[in-house]
Amino acid sequence: MSEAERADLLLQIYYYMRLTRAMEDRTRTLFLQGRIVGGVYTAQGHEATTVGAAMTLRDGDCIVPQHRDLGMHLVRGVSPRAVMCQWLARGNAPTLGRDGQLHIGDMHQGVVPMISMLGESLPVACGVALVMKMRRRSTVVLASCGDGATSTGAFHEALNFAAVQRLPVVFLIENNGYAYSTPNARQFAIEQLAQRAVAYGMPGESVDGNDVLAVMEAVERAVAHARSGRGPALVECRTFRVRGHSEADKADYVPPALREEWLARDPIKRFEGYLTAQGLLSAERRREIEARVRAVVDDAVAFAEASPPPDPATVADYVFAPDGPIAIVGEPGATDPRYVNALDTRTGRPFCTMSQVEEAVTQL
Amino acid sequence: MTAVTYLEAISQAIREEMRRDESVFLLGEDVGTYGGAFKVSAGFLEEFGPERVIDTPMSETAIIGSAVGAALMGMRPIAEMQYIDFITCGFDQIVNMACKMYWRSGIPLPLVIRGPAGGGTHGGPFHSASPEAWFFHTPGIKVVMPATTYDAKGLLKAAIRDNNPVLYLEHKLLYRLPELREELPSEDYIVPLGKAIIRRRGRHMTMLTYGAMVHQCLKAAEQLASEDGLAVEVVDLRSLTPLDRQTIKESVMRTNKVLIVHEDTLTGGVGAELAALLAEELFDYLDGPIMRVAAPDAPYPYAPPLEMAYLPGVERIVAVARQLAAY
Ligand SMILES: Cc1ncc(C[n+]2csc(CCOP(=O)(O)OP(=O)(O)O)c2C)c(N)n1
Repeated sequence: MSEAERADLLLQIYYYMRLTRAMEDRTRTLFLQGRIVGGVYTAQGHEATTVGAAMTLRDGDCIVPQHRDLGMHLVRGVSPRAVMCQWLARGNAPTLGRDGQLHIGDMHQGVVPMISMLGESLPVACGVALVMKMRRRSTVVLASCGDGATSTGAFHEALNFAAVQRLPVVFLIENNGYAYSTPNARQFAIEQLAQRAVAYGMPGESVDGNDVLAVMEAVERAVAHARSGRGPALVECRTFRVRGHSEADKADYVPPALREEWLARDPIKRFEGYLTAQGLLSAERRREIEARVRAVVDDAVAFAEASPPPDPATVADYVFAPDGPIAIVGEPGATDPRYVNALDTRTGRPFCTMSQVEEAVTQL
Repeated sequence: MTAVTYLEAISQAIREEMRRDESVFLLGEDVGTYGGAFKVSAGFLEEFGPERVIDTPMSETAIIGSAVGAALMGMRPIAEMQYIDFITCGFDQIVNMACKMYWRSGIPLPLVIRGPAGGGTHGGPFHSASPEAWFFHTPGIKVVMPATTYDAKGLLKAAIRDNNPVLYLEHKLLYRLPELREELPSEDYIVPLGKAIIRRRGRHMTMLTYGAMVHQCLKAAEQLASEDGLAVEVVDLRSLTPLDRQTIKESVMRTNKVLIVHEDTLTGGVGAELAALLAEELFDYLDGPIMRVAAPDAPYPYAPPLEMAYLPGVERIVAVARQLAAY
């Protein structure tokens, strides 16, 4: 990588970290204004982990995200408009208003939809990886979960299965100290969650999750291992959730000094310091990026607010996919003529996908 | 042509679909080298290799979860539960992951979960489950229970070709039953999901049933015909989801009396839904109470006398049918 390419890449990482934070800040505002119903979960402090990890992927790779992974979605190209439509429960949201939060996914974009049952996505990641292996693709799956989710049976079943089958999966644990109010000490009795890897026979590494470059390096090693056909790998990113579990949680179970300590290690400020010291981020450049981020967020919110709510008459639609060939719509790099969305029985169009959110609105 | 068993029909269906379509593959415990606990996949590993006949760890969440992941990638996995009772260990992957996937993301999930269900083989409380009601209640999964050898093959082929999660429940008592041996068509055929079949015509009452109970009902109908002169219609539902409401209603409109028979426990079972459907929609056509014969509300017992008392049999069906006929 040339000097200029590296500078570009670093600024891109910075942009995505800022965008992630800004999207979440705006989401919180919308929630406080009563414009979002249901729970709002944000991930202030996780930006280095989610953005850093996702930046290591290539076309054709998949992510299997959980609830604090907006950064991954954005890096993988999920449109901020789609995210805002989902939060604001619009009729053109990727789930057509059927689900909220970050419960979005679209195999065209290599994003597996999460469900609320944390940990349960990990065996699904194994299935995606199994097919990559069958098709002899050198693609990988990046599957994340929190420290709490590592206590589920699904986590263990997934790691074991992936190891036995040598599946190209990177398991990313975002250890943010707490699972809701439960601290690490009541969640597991080992020193570091990376040690879990030993029991399943895969490499495991624990890294400072607030240092985006360290995260990238560790995940890159894991991805390279998985891509080379040597099986899964595990990376634990040690970070902290500086806000509550959800916006309804004051998190007064967290000792104030501990939160202060982690606030001082804010991943964005830290990376900003690095970029500035390297002479890559002038005050002017920074303002430019800030303005760009604000414009993207403003546009996403305006777009979502202009989108109508779902039609109540559709409430029982789409329980079953219709018969007929499953139409192909470009899985990246696919030569196999099979894939993805069956057609919507009522409109004859494919069910709305994340990439179609914008198109859907132009048609309204 | 030789007559095959119900089990061989299942095996043929999977083998033929795997030959026909590269995206079909089988995964489960001991399905490879061993050929499956009941030998459904005997010889598959040799023919299809370890990538399409995958011996998994003892890990139902991993088996079903991986099947979901593979289906997301455009494959048509068949996940075998060694005994269907163990499906509870992968319950969440079905009801939360698989059943809601198309509904919320528009991604079709063509996958089949199959395994031996039902009692009568002294399996006791953990190897005799009739789990259909758990999934019948859950939108987003089709539930199929074949009673005959012809249907076992045709319904499984239809299930594999379906674009949705399908739970295919094989009754293990029927696997090798000599009287179910049948010569199957040499050409490819399917039995469409969602279509019931009238196994015996009659005008005095309708028996609504499915799975192994179809055969008990047919025997009971025979006895009622010879001893009581009653003409009983036996409807084999075959698919519980989608439910063939049309055939059910047409039959009841002709006979005006209904006896529902299932092997699963009574309360909240599939029969309760059938009764509610008929009470709501065909009240004016009914000449008697909707009656049910099912297992008592208790876990499945082991000792032979308890098992005999538990499983609905011809005697109970005949006795209840007589009460209904006399109404
Ligand atoms: C299987 C499961 N049980 C319970 C919950 C309720 N719940 C939601 S978030 C949460 C804590 C999750 O902690 P962790 O996995 O560490 O992720 P974090 O929220 O800290 O990022 C719990 C218990 C859930 N979503 N899934």
